[in-house]
Parts: sequence; C-alpha cells; structure tokens
Amino acid sequence: MIRHRSFRPVLFLCAIVGAGLLGGCTTTMVQPWERAALTTYSMRTDRDPLASTMAEHTWFSREAATGGRGVGGSGCGCN
Amino acid sequence: MSRRNFQSILCAGLVLAAIVRAVAAPLGVGDKFPELSGIALEGKLPALEGRVLVVDFWASWCGPCKEAFPALARVHAWYGQRGVVVLGVSVDQKENEYADFLKKFAVRFPTVRDHEQKLVALVQVPAMPTTYVIGRDGRVRAILSGYHGAATDKELRTTLNTILAENSSP
Repeated sequence: MIRHRSFRPVLFLCAIVGAGLLGGCTTTMVQPWERAALTTYSMRTDRDPLASTMAEHTWFSREAATGGRGVGGSGCGCN
Repeated sequence: MSRRNFQSILCAGLVLAAIVRAVAAPLGVGDKFPELSGIALEGKLPALEGRVLVVDFWASWCGPCKEAFPALARVHAWYGQRGVVVLGVSVDQKENEYADFLKKFAVRFPTVRDHEQKLVALVQVPAMPTTYVIGRDGRVRAILSGYHGAATDKELRTTLNTILAENSSP
C-alpha cells in the first residue's frame, strides 16, 4: 500500500510530461504565417547563377538519359 | 513500471494531446471571431461596433497578398458606406518591412500589425492571405483561403451582399 501511494505522483508527472511531448507533435509543420524566413533570397536553390549552370550541365551530360531538365538531346554525354 | 501503469499514462497522454489539438483547432465558419480590442495589435483599430468586418491576414513577403490589395481597396470603397469595414492584419514581425510595404503600395484601407502573431495563431489561418468575413454578431460567415483573382472577389462580394441583405430586411 505504501509503495502504491508514493507511486501516484510519479504517474501523474509522467502523464503530464507525456501529454506535453505528444502535444508537441501536433504543431510540427511550419505555419503559413511563419514562412517569412523561407521566402528570403538566401533560401532559393537557384540564387547562384554559376552554380545553377554547372549543375544543369552536369545533370544534362551525366544524368539525363533522354535530355534532362528541358534540354534537347540524346543524353549521350558528348557535349 | 508495470504494463498497466504504462498503458494508463499513455492513454492519459493521448487524451490530453487530443484536448491540446482541439484547443488549437482553426477557426471555422460560425465560430466567434476573437475580440480585436483584447489583442495587442500595433496600429489604430477603426470603429467596429455594429459593423460587418472583413479581416485580411497578409504579410509583406507574400506575393498573393499584394495581388489581393486592389480588390480589398475596392470593397472598402464600395461597401464602406453600407457598414462594412475592411481591416488588414499584417503578420510581419519586422516593423521596417511592414512600414516599407505600406509606403510602397499605398494601402487604401485600415491596417494593423499583429507583431506578436497572437491573433493569427489564435485564428490558425490556413494560408496566406486568408480573408475572414465576420457578421455584425461577431461570428465568422466566410473564410476565403488564398487569393484566386476574380473567383475570390466574387465570393467576397456575394457573401457581403448576403449579409447586408439580411441586415436590411425587416
């Protein structure tokens, strides 16, 4: 009996902590009004024109089988 | 910890998590819109007593929000004398971005800034921009999520005409 009594506050505390942890899972997404930082220039993947051109060329000549990313060609990797 | 105790804790946790989720649920049609005077908003609120309210949540970094402004300005001009108030609520946290935007685009309807993002979090807007049409009783009559040009304009006008017709009928 004594052991049972002392165990209850621990249970209660665990329930609160558990609820807090599970409650935290309900707001994992970035909310629409929190996207200011995501719209900045530094978040763009194409912010560096030279790097973008290089990446395009690599994909075109090495990865694409039938002309990738809107570029015509056979994808032979010869240019 | 016994298996039974573990199950009890898990159940209690899930129930409380569900309560937390329910409390944070987005505002829907028919719900009471929060009292604007009770929330710390930066800027002067227009007279809202007995008015039909159009609240538009916007941000300076949001492209479609800018597109919606001319239509909202027209609603403000056309329906203003019929008891409709258009209020823009910016969710910008940086004051200079908000001020620069207002200066650049010369917004022609009242605007306040929800600098602590309390109102927007309370309302849980589904997208930027979102326009809430609130009747004279303070309840949400329509929620226009996003801006889709003429379709959104038409929906807003139709909702306002319906509300105003209800209020003018004996």
